[in-house]
Amino acid sequence: MSSSEALPTPISEPPTAADDAPGRGLKSRFGGLLFAAPALIVLGIFLVYPAVWTIRLAFYRGSGFRFEHFLGLENFKEFLTRDPNFLDRSHFPPTGALINNLKWVVLYIGLCLGMGLSLAVLATRVRYERAIKSVIFVPMAIAATAVGIIWLLVYSPNAKIGVLNALISGFHDPVSFLGQPSTVNYAIIVAYVWASTGFAMVVLSAALKGIPTEILEAARVDGAGEWSIFRRIMLPMLSLPLSVVTVWLFINVIKVFDIIYVMTSGGPNGASRVIAYSMFAETFMNGRAGYGASIAVFMLLLMVPVMILNVRRFRSERVAT
Amino acid sequence: MAAIEAPTLAQPQTLAGRLVRAVSRSPVHIALLGLGVIWLVPTLGLALTSIRPKSEILASGWWHIFSGRVTLSNYADVLHAAGMGHAFLNSLYITIPATLLPLTFGALAAFGFAWIPFPFRDTIFLIIVGLMVVPVQTSFVPLLKLFRSWHLNDSFLGIWCAHTAFGLPLAIFLLRNFFITLPKDLIEAARIDGASNLAVFRRIVVPLSVPALASFGIFQFLWVWNDLLMALVFVSKPSLLPMTVQITTLQSTYGVEFHLLSAAAFLLMIVPLVVFFALQRYFVQGLLAGSVKS
Repeated sequence: MSSSEALPTPISEPPTAADDAPGRGLKSRFGGLLFAAPALIVLGIFLVYPAVWTIRLAFYRGSGFRFEHFLGLENFKEFLTRDPNFLDRSHFPPTGALINNLKWVVLYIGLCLGMGLSLAVLATRVRYERAIKSVIFVPMAIAATAVGIIWLLVYSPNAKIGVLNALISGFHDPVSFLGQPSTVNYAIIVAYVWASTGFAMVVLSAALKGIPTEILEAARVDGAGEWSIFRRIMLPMLSLPLSVVTVWLFINVIKVFDIIYVMTSGGPNGASRVIAYSMFAETFMNGRAGYGASIAVFMLLLMVPVMILNVRRFRSERVAT
Repeated sequence: MAAIEAPTLAQPQTLAGRLVRAVSRSPVHIALLGLGVIWLVPTLGLALTSIRPKSEILASGWWHIFSGRVTLSNYADVLHAAGMGHAFLNSLYITIPATLLPLTFGALAAFGFAWIPFPFRDTIFLIIVGLMVVPVQTSFVPLLKLFRSWHLNDSFLGIWCAHTAFGLPLAIFLLRNFFITLPKDLIEAARIDGASNLAVFRRIVVPLSVPALASFGIFQFLWVWNDLLMALVFVSKPSLLPMTVQITTLQSTYGVEFHLLSAAAFLLMIVPLVVFFALQRYFVQGLLAGSVKS
């Protein structure tokens, strides 16, 4: 309890102005910084410093932990033009980790949003709303590692083990969903959609509950059908939560790794690699730290729009309040 | 019997009305129940597989469980022989400090950002908001180098630091947004009474913010408990591996052996599921705060 903090402050005066007043001790001017210091030091050493280091490493040929040889933009050029595991444009349609991740962006985000929104809207109409929402949401708590094992079992090519092949066994030969390049990405995407839809549903459902019932009733009285109520009233009022969920799903899909590592290790033959998987494989399996760093920087660049969005949203919120 | 039937007989119109409504809404029910089944079956399959003997898993699908034997021997196997028991403890050793550290540092910093002005406060805060989406991949090589030179790579210290750093931006963001909504009069009154900032933090801010602290705490706990990638990178000593990494080790050692994998995966799921069902409200709040509030 310092004497400066105990000084009586006139209540009418806003506290920020009072605390900022010149002539007060150093301690009160930097007291807040003292509270933030432990966090800022940890962030500086273990987040900001490594990120800067990695950005520098991305311009070098690093192996192990050393900067070996300055390459300029060579690493970036390599993964965009000369690395068939990352982007193979020699045939059509192109393949590689970048294309796979693009499939993830479109299908994962689309399916999670579509199913989450439908579930949120439909669940409000039944009496077992809570139960069905819990069932859909629970996989959110499960580790991607466990989700991977759960779906390895579902997709097992042995019809005596995998429920999916047992279901189609009457009219189709067993399919190795994870063993062929044509299906492997879709199979893993479905598993991850199963795990993430609950998030979209819960956020959108909370937003739906926030729509005043008077508005919906007024529309019904005016003779609006359920579909036009959904399109003209619910959807516009859900635009902010929808964008929030989309951003969250986008972040998730750019960093997706665990489930792929468990289900296929990027295989067969690299067919299910994504950006984060390439970063891991190049750095730790191929020992190309510099090249891996350039892929990490690429991921960081993909996050920059989200970063700007977050900062902007926060700023406009502060102006509004 | 009569007592049960009486109410339905007394309201025949509502019964008919209900029937009409039920039929007209049946597509909704079919869709929802269908999705419910799709969502339950995969987990149910894993649970039932984990309590069947290996020979029966290979002979018939888990949906034949009622015609076979039930056993807990898979759990005994993974807990002891496959090292999942030890890995369970490692997961706890990693997760508890990696939750409490960002919670403590984050709360202290959030209090500073919310209630004590200092130079460049808002600029620093905006930078922290920006740091929320920095991918963990940018830290791997330099942190490994750092941990090696500080001799942290044979202990949990390294992964604690990494998880703390990557959990902090969200902690500060969420908690500051909550702290700022606390009643100003209360905090001002305490200051006038001579309470120091630390006292205000401990006696007023923390007790009033239990829901927000719990929300972030649960979120971070599940995040660290469920993490595979950071543990793969930052924990190298075999005796320190958490459950997530141990499962991938099981996979590479024994191949896809579902009697082991299903039991191991279920052990990994138990703690999050207990946390989820016991503290569901805070859990959902934490997720919502992390997304909708911004």
